Amino acid sequence: MAGFNKTKPTPPRWLLAELSYACPLQCPYCSNPIDYAQHQSELTTEDWKRVLTQARKMGAVQLGFSGGEPLTRKDLPELVKHARDLGYYSNLITSGYGLTEEKIIQLKEAGLDHIQVSIQASTQELSDHLAGTESYQHKKEVAHLVKKHGYPMVLCVVIHRENIHQMPQILEMAEELGADYLELANTQYYGWAHVNRDLLLPTKEQFKQAEEIAQAFKEKVAGRMKIYYVVPDFYEDRPKACMNGWGTTFLTIAPDGVALPCHSARELPGLDCPNVKDYSIEQIWNESKAFNFFRGFEWMKEPCRSCDEKEKDFGGCRCQAYLLTGDMYNADPVCSKSPDHATIQQAIDSARASTLSADEKPLIFRNSKNSRTLS
Amino acid sequence: MAINPDLPFKFSPMHRLQWEEAQQKDVILYPEGMVELNQSSAEILKLCDGTRNIAQIVNDLEHKFATTGLTNDITSFLEVALKNGWIQQN
Ligand SMILES: C[S@@+](CC[C@H](N)C(=O)[O-])C[C@H]1O[C@@H](n2cnc3c(N)ncnc32)[C@H](O)[C@@H]1O
Ligand code: SF4
Ligand code: SF4
Repeated sequence: MAGFNKTKPTPPRWLLAELSYACPLQCPYCSNPIDYAQHQSELTTEDWKRVLTQARKMGAVQLGFSGGEPLTRKDLPELVKHARDLGYYSNLITSGYGLTEEKIIQLKEAGLDHIQVSIQASTQELSDHLAGTESYQHKKEVAHLVKKHGYPMVLCVVIHRENIHQMPQILEMAEELGADYLELANTQYYGWAHVNRDLLLPTKEQFKQAEEIAQAFKEKVAGRMKIYYVVPDFYEDRPKACMNGWGTTFLTIAPDGVALPCHSARELPGLDCPNVKDYSIEQIWNESKAFNFFRGFEWMKEPCRSCDEKEKDFGGCRCQAYLLTGDMYNADPVCSKSPDHATIQQAIDSARASTLSADEKPLIFRNSKNSRTLS
Repeated sequence: MAINPDLPFKFSPMHRLQWEEAQQKDVILYPEGMVELNQSSAEILKLCDGTRNIAQIVNDLEHKFATTGLTNDITSFLEVALKNGWIQQN
């Protein structure tokens, strides 16, 4: 066990309940695992209730219902109600697909606290293209209904090369829809986004320009709308403090019951992530190999091990280290001190070359057929 | 946003204030966030129930803790709370 830490870990605070990998949309930037189609089994309602109860008892309080598309689960209102009874602050993270006014009311009565709707772009044509499904108009209606029924409305737009030029229009759309919070999530390159990176990674100039526009807007709407800007870490020289430190704060439960220290950890080799069908949340959090793997600093290699910044960023993201350097113990190559830092520039160059090439390869959409082909 | 001395404060419907047993403290919950409160901040916020203006909150708390001179501390906390959207005045 790489980073086994004998002091008792801090308890989980945030629980991400990925209810189902099923999704009517096919976003090519989706952070779900490539091989999701191989994990089709889903927890029962009773399993989920037990998980919610156990995690709450340990101290989890923020709860996200996500997926895939969480609305595909018929028992969603029942789970929301259970969560409310336990005192969670719960969030439905949805594409909006399949959400009706009736359902919005029903979920409110069950005790749902807020709804986060994602929209792919500011125009119907591009949004529907990226979603791989006609959904733009409906998403906008859903956003209105979410407001109408008194929920705090969080609008999420994932930013990449296909839509980054729309930044001014995206901000306008957020204002028009009356978003209380706007999450501008620069694509994180895991799962499907990793596969499509050459076509999604913007240039540094594009980032800079988009960021300036977003920054000016942030000041303009201060007090009315809160902006969460998820940084594009490929253009930083220090990595993000991923997950606030492994196994310190965040707990993700995948649709089939596998407990993950981060929603991408399925991609890491040899973690043997435990399943909630076999263990309690307390056992998983405190004792499992997976959750102890990168706790603390013992597992680190150089340059992180002797670095005076390791308590700030914990060496960055393990999944990014693995995907880009092939070794999950390495420093996140985003760090300029990493001997593999050049892999980031290679990714940027490769993405730029692919924009320039005449025969640009097509985006690979997230669907079961592609999932089976790729895994 | 300046405090209006006449208007009562109410807690924002877009946030939730609750006691967290595991943390042994009151917290404010909102989309993507959580603020942990110390005891005095929590006492002030619990009085923001739509019935009291600032003078009444000060009065109630000075009474409750059998002390005086809380006006400045309470005012500056209420300003922060108002700015963060935790409480409202209208
Ligand atoms: C995986 S989705 C599941 C929920 C729902 N299907 C949706 O898309 O809103 C969870 C959230 O992550 C965002 N997201 C998906 N892929 C991402 C990526 N590669 N980088 C950053 N955010 C991403 C989505 O926009 C959504 O807000
Ligand atoms: S990001 Fe897109 S494809 Fe992925 S789960 Fe959400 S809606 Fe479905
Ligand atoms: S060397 Fe490691 S610990 Fe130091 S700043 Fe870089 S990633 Fe963080």
